[in-house]
Amino acid sequence: MTVLQIVFLVTGLVTLLAGVMVVASPKLVHAALWLIVSLAGVAVLFVLLNANFLAVVQVVVYIGAIAILVIFAVMLTRRVMADSGPTHNPTWWLALLSALVLFGGLLALITQLPAFGATEAALPAADSLTDLGTSLVDVNRYLLPFEVASVLLLAALIGAMAVARPASEDEEGGA
Amino acid sequence: MIPLSWYLILSALLFCIGVFGVLARRNAVGILMGIELMLNAVNLNLVAFWRYLTPGMIGGQVFTLIVFAVAASEAAVGLALIISIYRRRSTVVADEINLMKW
Amino acid sequence: MGDPFGLIGRWLIDLVTGWGMEPEAALTLLRFLGAAILATVLLLACFFLIVAERKILGRFQDRYGPNRVGPWGVFQTVADFVKLIGKEIVVPDGIDKPVYWLAPLLVVMSVVGIWAVVPFAPGFRGTDLNVGVLYIVSIGAIGTLGIIMAGWSSNNKFALLGAFRAVAQLVSYEIPMVLTLLIPTMLAGSMGVTAIVEAQKDLWFIAAAPLAAAVFLISSVAENGRAPFDLMEGESEIVAGFNIEYGGLAFGMFYVGEFLHAFTVGVLFSTLFLGGWRGPGAETYPLLGLFYFFAKALVVWFVTVWVRASFPRVRIDQLLALNWKFLTPLALVIVALTAVVDKLAAEQGWSQLLALLAANAVLALGMFAVLGAYGRSVRKREDSLRGNAAALPARSAR
Repeated sequence: MTVLQIVFLVTGLVTLLAGVMVVASPKLVHAALWLIVSLAGVAVLFVLLNANFLAVVQVVVYIGAIAILVIFAVMLTRRVMADSGPTHNPTWWLALLSALVLFGGLLALITQLPAFGATEAALPAADSLTDLGTSLVDVNRYLLPFEVASVLLLAALIGAMAVARPASEDEEGGA
Repeated sequence: MIPLSWYLILSALLFCIGVFGVLARRNAVGILMGIELMLNAVNLNLVAFWRYLTPGMIGGQVFTLIVFAVAASEAAVGLALIISIYRRRSTVVADEINLMKW
Repeated sequence: MGDPFGLIGRWLIDLVTGWGMEPEAALTLLRFLGAAILATVLLLACFFLIVAERKILGRFQDRYGPNRVGPWGVFQTVADFVKLIGKEIVVPDGIDKPVYWLAPLLVVMSVVGIWAVVPFAPGFRGTDLNVGVLYIVSIGAIGTLGIIMAGWSSNNKFALLGAFRAVAQLVSYEIPMVLTLLIPTMLAGSMGVTAIVEAQKDLWFIAAAPLAAAVFLISSVAENGRAPFDLMEGESEIVAGFNIEYGGLAFGMFYVGEFLHAFTVGVLFSTLFLGGWRGPGAETYPLLGLFYFFAKALVVWFVTVWVRASFPRVRIDQLLALNWKFLTPLALVIVALTAVVDKLAAEQGWSQLLALLAANAVLALGMFAVLGAYGRSVRKREDSLRGNAAALPARSAR
């Protein structure tokens, strides 16, 4: 067992366990914190896959922004400081069954891939970071998805502000 | 060496855990957390395929970046909607937000 | 004499592999050891940083500062630390235990983690990430998380409100910080911190981008939560904000984290804009590079202490208005302008530097013009609200 394999196994186990705690934890704030552990585990896996830039973007975007947003939403949408009522549907066993069936189906699919047992290909000599940057602004490559994603983010920004704004009574009075 | 199969099985497991979360949780924010888990599993899959099969083509990482952007915007708008619903109906339990049911 | 740090590293690896460990595991063990030593040295250095700050603040306020414990009061922080350890950590009822105890750890971790990518001397650094600058931002985001956890788990509405305000401040000021961090990246052509220090061989980046450096310093001080942006724990307002319910050593960790972050701001500014370990003779004698590094960091840290002693605290609405209405648009314009000038004056050397300086000067003039016009319009509106036409002569005498 090489060091990298041990690191992968530990990280994978932590990520999966944190994921189980996210979906099973009765207290919602604990579930949000376990989500952060799971996201950090995925960031470590990105580093193992030599995608350093994606790993730090994962930490900045997911943990530094989305997870904090989720925690805020959990805290702002409760009447008392504790959760109230059952947190899972009464038919949760059906959900578990369908998740297991889905996993079986996915497993059957991916084991049929010819590249299933592939080992790592050699990395190209040049740093992938510069290539990523230039490909996002190259007209012949990925400029269009980049621009569309930025328009999407702008629309989401404006939409979220418009939706979450408290209803203002004095539309005609104020500026 | 770590074979590709380990990453694929890990991301499939994470995806199915997310599916369970979406289907079993009552709280809308809890459902959103399951969706985030699913998106992370997809990202992991994309980057694993990029690294193992085509590390010379940067398209795998570009796809992952776009998924990041989409996930961020979806989380922002979704949570804004949830907070807005909470202001009007004082509940975020998905079963009770049923005004538009027939 | 050439490379003392490499020598020590190689000697340690030879020692451990001589005991029978494989080289890969030995390297991993040494990395852990290096990280532990770095973290310990940093937290111990805080002892002297805190007392130095208190004495400097005292001198600014025309008093001596602590001078009882040890010669010139040097061991004051040791005495404070002993007191903090001896105090009972009063744990309130109804807290969320794992979250409560984890929060100070995350806050300290987020500060110590930044030191992993900072180059102390040529060849002497924790690690050389090619995305070092973004890594610094991401580690800072984890500190924000620790503050929310602290505020929420305390079972105290004031702590929660304090945590919300603190997170609003931290998340807002991340944006101009990330935008101005793009400037050294653009000028050096790489996001790695070591590469940025390498690229400052002929010229420190503060000469090429003074406005960006100023915006970075302001937003870093706001990220840290120091005066004048210290309403995260406004001692006179919301009774210490998110860390109300923490006593004894748990509070000590927040305290140490904040002071270490202040020194880290100095280190980051000097690395990104002042050339890090660069100085005359630093390439041949790495110890000299280490000396330059700490000297520059201490100068910038002194400037932040100076700012702390000079400005009153801002209100939360002034704070957010400063960020969203001033710093963020300014940072966006700086980034766009620097990118355009960098492409137009593409060859390195004096012409590019002059073009960048000219662009910065034009931008600064434009900024002052806009600020002046805005200030005049605000003053005119206030005067018309007061309805006091006789205020005009007094205004020109101000």
